[in-house]
Amino acid sequence: MARTTPDIPNASMADIAFLLLTFFLVTTTIPNNKGLSIGLPPPPEATPPEDIKIQERNMFKIQLNSSDALLVEGVPREDISGLKDEIKTFVLNNGRDPASSDNPEKAIVSFKTDRGTSHKRFIELLDVIQEAYYDLYAEQAGVTNAKFRAAASDLSVPDNKAIYDKGRAGIPLNISIADPTKVGN
Amino acid sequence: MSKFKKKTNVKQEIPTSSMPDVVFMLLFFFMVTTEMRKTSIEVKQEIPKATQLRKLMRKSLVANIYIGEPKKTDLYGREPRIQADDVFIDTKDIIRWVNAQRDNLDETERDQLTVAMKVDIDAKRGIISDVETELRKASARKLLYSTLENNDRKQ
Repeated sequence: MARTTPDIPNASMADIAFLLLTFFLVTTTIPNNKGLSIGLPPPPEATPPEDIKIQERNMFKIQLNSSDALLVEGVPREDISGLKDEIKTFVLNNGRDPASSDNPEKAIVSFKTDRGTSHKRFIELLDVIQEAYYDLYAEQAGVTNAKFRAAASDLSVPDNKAIYDKGRAGIPLNISIADPTKVGN
Repeated sequence: MSKFKKKTNVKQEIPTSSMPDVVFMLLFFFMVTTEMRKTSIEVKQEIPKATQLRKLMRKSLVANIYIGEPKKTDLYGREPRIQADDVFIDTKDIIRWVNAQRDNLDETERDQLTVAMKVDIDAKRGIISDVETELRKASARKLLYSTLENNDRKQ
């Protein structure tokens, strides 16, 4: 008489799976290696002491105080929605408006904060400024903003390098992040 | 024929034989998308959101700094602290730390070191800017402020 081969009870397979799952949930993290990339200026003592005269018209001043309030070109401002376009107009002015920049090479966006400004507000504004510049680069290279940033992140691929160089031609990333004022702590 | 229906004894059991399959799917997902934790983060980290994200391509060329209020406030106080590689450091130790990170790299790649700063949203610009100044002195000028993707900002 044929006897059915005894089955190994696989009710515990789910238990083992849960155990492994719990192990991985506890000991791993989802990696986050993305963010806003900036290049810091040279060390403080190395900068030449002579003051390079920068004309008022070539500086677009964005300031934050210790209460996170925003001042754009000396005017207090609540809503940052139009700021990106203003920065783009400023950079691409090329001398048309006498109060705005001479050309993109000389145009500098100056971002000054206070020691008491929150990091959140700083990132919010830095994001807007970088967006203005990346939009300009993307337009010049004929790609979308997202594609330009993806290309800029990996310059070892020659196609990416071409897009990056084409986009940045003639428009240096002149974002000057000034030393913070000392009102807050 | 009886007018009363025989009470049928029907019990429907939901088949749970596919539960291990579902759990294995979840397990594979986590095995593939996560990495082992290298350092335990001792500071509060609520990372800000932004849209202009750039990605760091080579993980080996990245050094991480974490800034925020310590999690164990009774031990370390409420002031934001700087954490690098599992220990709290002061601004004056940053140059030494950067050079230690550089020593771990290949000769040719030393100048490509990027410092990734994961800063809490409530940390003040003062301490961050002190860190930036020290990094400038150490010639570690490539900096990345880690941010999460902001999907809900209107263009």
